Amino acid sequence: MSSPSKRILYGLYEDEEILLKAVKRARAEGLQIWNCFTPFPVHGLDHAMGLKDTRIHTAGFAFGATGTLIALTFMAWVNTVNYPINFGGKPNLSLPAYVPITFELTVLLASVGMVTLYLYINRLAPGAKPDILDPRTTSHLFLMGFEMDESATAAQLEDVRRVLSETGAVEIAEKTIEDPEDGAIRQIF
Amino acid sequence: MGHAFVSPIREPLITGRKTYKQITDDICGPVEGPPTKSWLAAISFTAVVALIGFATIGYSILYGIGTYGLDRTIGWGWDITNFVWWVGIGHAGTLISAILLLFRQKWRTGVNRSAEAMTIFAVMCAGMFPLIHMGRIWLMFFVFPYPNSRGPLWVNFNSPLLWDVFAISTYFTVSLLFWYAGLIPDLATVRDRVTGKWQKMLYSIFSFGWRGSAKEWQRFESLSLILAGLAAPLVLSVHTIVSFDFATSVIPGWHTTIFPPYFVAGAIFSGFAMVLTLMLVARKLLKLEDYITIAHIESMNKVIVLTGSIVGVAYITELFMAWYSGSPYEGYAFRNRVSGPYWWAYWAMMTCNVVSPQFFWVKALRRNVIFTFILSIFINIGMWFERFVIIVISLHRDMLPSAWSYYVPTWVEVTIFIGTLGFFMTCFLLFVKVAPVVAVAEVKSILKTSGDQYITETPEQVEAGIKGLAQSSGHYESLIKPQYDDE
Repeated sequence: MSSPSKRILYGLYEDEEILLKAVKRARAEGLQIWNCFTPFPVHGLDHAMGLKDTRIHTAGFAFGATGTLIALTFMAWVNTVNYPINFGGKPNLSLPAYVPITFELTVLLASVGMVTLYLYINRLAPGAKPDILDPRTTSHLFLMGFEMDESATAAQLEDVRRVLSETGAVEIAEKTIEDPEDGAIRQIF
Repeated sequence: MGHAFVSPIREPLITGRKTYKQITDDICGPVEGPPTKSWLAAISFTAVVALIGFATIGYSILYGIGTYGLDRTIGWGWDITNFVWWVGIGHAGTLISAILLLFRQKWRTGVNRSAEAMTIFAVMCAGMFPLIHMGRIWLMFFVFPYPNSRGPLWVNFNSPLLWDVFAISTYFTVSLLFWYAGLIPDLATVRDRVTGKWQKMLYSIFSFGWRGSAKEWQRFESLSLILAGLAAPLVLSVHTIVSFDFATSVIPGWHTTIFPPYFVAGAIFSGFAMVLTLMLVARKLLKLEDYITIAHIESMNKVIVLTGSIVGVAYITELFMAWYSGSPYEGYAFRNRVSGPYWWAYWAMMTCNVVSPQFFWVKALRRNVIFTFILSIFINIGMWFERFVIIVISLHRDMLPSAWSYYVPTWVEVTIFIGTLGFFMTCFLLFVKVAPVVAVAEVKSILKTSGDQYITETPEQVEAGIKGLAQSSGHYESLIKPQYDDE
């Protein structure tokens, strides 16, 4: 995957409520927000930024259903087709006895599948080295950033700076970072 | 949106008027500094105990299960007692993180991370016992249903012992994933603060490249919620299935339908006791009194008095059913429990599990740290005796009086058990040194609703505070007008 360089103009805020208002204001002024970074999940930020809902739970359902099907069909096949044993004349297909393993496998596949997908779409892996704009955003500062490509005019830059300072950013800075584009799977989920 | 102002009836869960920066400093501080002398002394001791335990496991594998005090009548002794005890302890972590997340109990954020870590270490200890109890541990792969040259001869899908294999391994995997998914953002916080070259490198590896973007957090929250939804029935299923190991057999004293709920309540009971035992010490040593407050301790003690009473009702119900069923074998099994050769184990269980938690009806005792600590140790001991009572007393006098026996553990069994305690403590000590013990991001997310300054002050005072912050950094006043819309 290509890793295009992006020039980011960003502001740092001290409180999540100030950030939320800043996001709403920037959108109202017609600015395109590139991304926001926060030290903890800020409720309503995704909707304020106009992000689509994640579909990770739908994937979780699909993974879980796969587990249910695998467990049920496999145990039924072993006990009726591949190795039927006569337990004192009891039926070979004993569904109640399959409940615990079916449940466990459903949960196992749903969890492992969802976490794997989650790591993939968030580009999380041992040793992954992302470009970070400001290390304090994982501790106590809230960041709102705008992408400024080569075509951005001085007037546009000034406009963004004005919005950042008017919405209460305590620091405004500019940095060029590597930020890979999202492929189809990351866009879906 | 914004801070939902909570009525002052709710006790603050974060005290000391913390800011976000202070929360990071307080919780990440102990991780970043060099290890203290007392920590080094403690972990050296527990590691030696763990190593002696592992050496004894090696001895028992080399010489076989004949080194245990088991005989033809008593096939399960300390080994399975310890297994069930450890699995029970492993129930608090996922219960706190999953079920309390679904119930929106905010106090879980103070203790969930370390309780989940305990879950993982306890399940590791639990898993060792059935493995070494197999005797021929090198054939342990026989428990997995894989295509083989023996027929293929499949495992018995109708057996609770096999269900246990699936339940415990699924529980371990899901708890580990849930714990680590929550830990990633906090490890990233440490990564962005440490300065040492090695520390920076290690935390970069283990924080998986977390940035905290809006999309990452959105997915994080969705994942946490669904994992909690999956883990909640999973917690209940694990001890249910462990109880099936006993309940589906025909041994008097085991063959009862009350076992699943009774085991689950007992597991939560013992799990919370172990969380209290360790966290009361960690809270003091790591100076976390502002994050694990008396309100947290009281909440956990309320769970203890509830589950302890459920367990007590279950013990009495068992006695009642033994009489009411009219079955002479059931009747004898329970008469033997109460007044047989192991009467001391039964009464130790009754005292520790049923009588002692009743003290927690008194508010002053629920909020007393020393009393809670002592009681939590009583409960740990009592719950170990519960498993011993169920397993050994039910087995030692079977249907054939000439085979009746009395079981005493050998030094091998005792040493292995103490070894697992050492292993558990070693893992926990390592965890408190390398990772933030309290879920940093989650605590920050409840600051506005549960921090003391936000609870004790009026909305106007809070507003003035934010306004002051905004003015000092030259903000426009129009932006901080209190207008909490919910779009």
